[in-house]
Amino acid sequence: MLRRVAIIGAGMTKFMRRAKETPKELTFLATRMALDQAGIEISDIEAVTLGTAPDSFDGVHMNGEYLIDGAGGTNKPYIRVFVGGGTGVFSVIHGWKLVSSGAFDSVLVVCEEKMSSCYPHPQAAFYTIFDNILERPLGPNLVWIFALEMHRYMKKHGIKKEQIALVSVKNKRNALDHPAAGWGAKITVEDVLNSEVLAWPVQLLDISPPSDGAVALVLASEEMAKRLTDDPVWIDGIGYCLDTAYWTNRDLYYPKYVEYAARMAYRMAGIRNPPKEIDVAEPYDPFDYKELHHMEGLLLCKKGEAPKLVEEGVTERDGDLPVTPSGGLLGVGNPIAAAGLMKVAEIFFQLRGEAGKRQVKNDPVTGVAQAWGDLMQIGTVVVLRR
Amino acid sequence: MLPEKLPGTKLSSKELYEEVISVWHEPKLEYRWSAGIAIGKFLSGLKEGKILASKCDNCGRVLVPPRIFCEWCFRRTDEWVEVKDTGRVNTFSVCYIDVAARRVKEPQIPAVIEIDGSNGGILHLLGEVDPKEIEIGMRVKAVWKPKEERIGAITDIKYFKPL
Repeated sequence: MLRRVAIIGAGMTKFMRRAKETPKELTFLATRMALDQAGIEISDIEAVTLGTAPDSFDGVHMNGEYLIDGAGGTNKPYIRVFVGGGTGVFSVIHGWKLVSSGAFDSVLVVCEEKMSSCYPHPQAAFYTIFDNILERPLGPNLVWIFALEMHRYMKKHGIKKEQIALVSVKNKRNALDHPAAGWGAKITVEDVLNSEVLAWPVQLLDISPPSDGAVALVLASEEMAKRLTDDPVWIDGIGYCLDTAYWTNRDLYYPKYVEYAARMAYRMAGIRNPPKEIDVAEPYDPFDYKELHHMEGLLLCKKGEAPKLVEEGVTERDGDLPVTPSGGLLGVGNPIAAAGLMKVAEIFFQLRGEAGKRQVKNDPVTGVAQAWGDLMQIGTVVVLRR
Repeated sequence: MLPEKLPGTKLSSKELYEEVISVWHEPKLEYRWSAGIAIGKFLSGLKEGKILASKCDNCGRVLVPPRIFCEWCFRRTDEWVEVKDTGRVNTFSVCYIDVAARRVKEPQIPAVIEIDGSNGGILHLLGEVDPKEIEIGMRVKAVWKPKEERIGAITDIKYFKPL
């Protein structure tokens, strides 16, 4: 019998292009804040789950072990989990397993990324994710796969760049109200369309920036959560799924693996009609088109219909289905694992009515957060409820 | 509720390069990878100017890149088949940055190419074509390096060009 698991506190650092703090220091600052917000001490924590993306950003091998002290993991059951960009949400899934199984009553979930240490640009670290024998000799960069996927998605449904750019406009504007945001801005569709072409159809303002930052959440069993807070937010569903690493053998227009992950989470949460039953969503938005792609994978609309919802204002904070009220990776920033966890933290704040200027207007009860990553192959999903 | 002011100290690049104490290191690691059984055979095929695929008789898929197993049926593949060196553009990009995000003068045109006679696509480049004239669905054919220059590598195919 699985136990109910609650989130009872969240903390984070600012997201920025270059942080003075070391990865360990960033991790400590976020973790300490999460404990303070939950009103507990590190001695109350029984286990720690850490998420961080490839070691090559920090340039520290076995980054999990390096970060342990900042994450509050010393002399505790501690493990690092890693599924590329999907890590932020997956770390919550892992923490949920530890508490729902009955193994622990309180688990810290901590995610950190410091990308700025990698020179000349963290982009170079992504080279090694490509197949070492068949793909690297072609000189790929990470933007290739996004450009190829985005182009396929646009072609399949006849979607225009103008429609996709609206996501970047919305998320950067939403981020102006997020205290962690490094890239909040008022921009226009024209700004996106006139920005530097990196790999057509991807332009500079279609992409989230490499960032430094850390985020932490405190997870607790039902009994502990009810003792500590009047406003627990429950993790009512989790799901994750990976598709084949032979990514050129798949049709990239649709993230089927995100759908499978979402169906798993919805089944667990008893959700039958996602667009009706989900009040607020934080899909992964490392690129503007990815938010649309993921709204479709999360079954929040039909395939190819996400751009219409954005155009009609449905996904604004005062719309029927607010999407990425935080400002997302495009606006708050994209310290990879930490960015995914920031999305879960945003749903936590939204459901508690604690999102301040970012608060959505539909009095949300149920929210979904999702991350994506590895070689365009993983979807990680959590459903939260108050 | 998040505090209005969050911790974290943002540095400008000038501050990082000139004002704070930092440490520099450039790791140098080298690797030699065996191409393995399936891809080893695939690369030998490229050296001969052929694209080789492996076939799973259970699901009927003809796999490129080939593998010794079918990950769907989770069984050994049954036979090797030669497929054509022609195909269709599944998707493409026109890329103006290199592996480290530095601007390049001549764009590269990466594409996923569905190889005729197979159920798979491969990542490769397009060439001998004006980027403006490329369309998804366009028919293309491999342009091979001369036989004496081929070494058993994916780059034995220089690129694909419109058919």
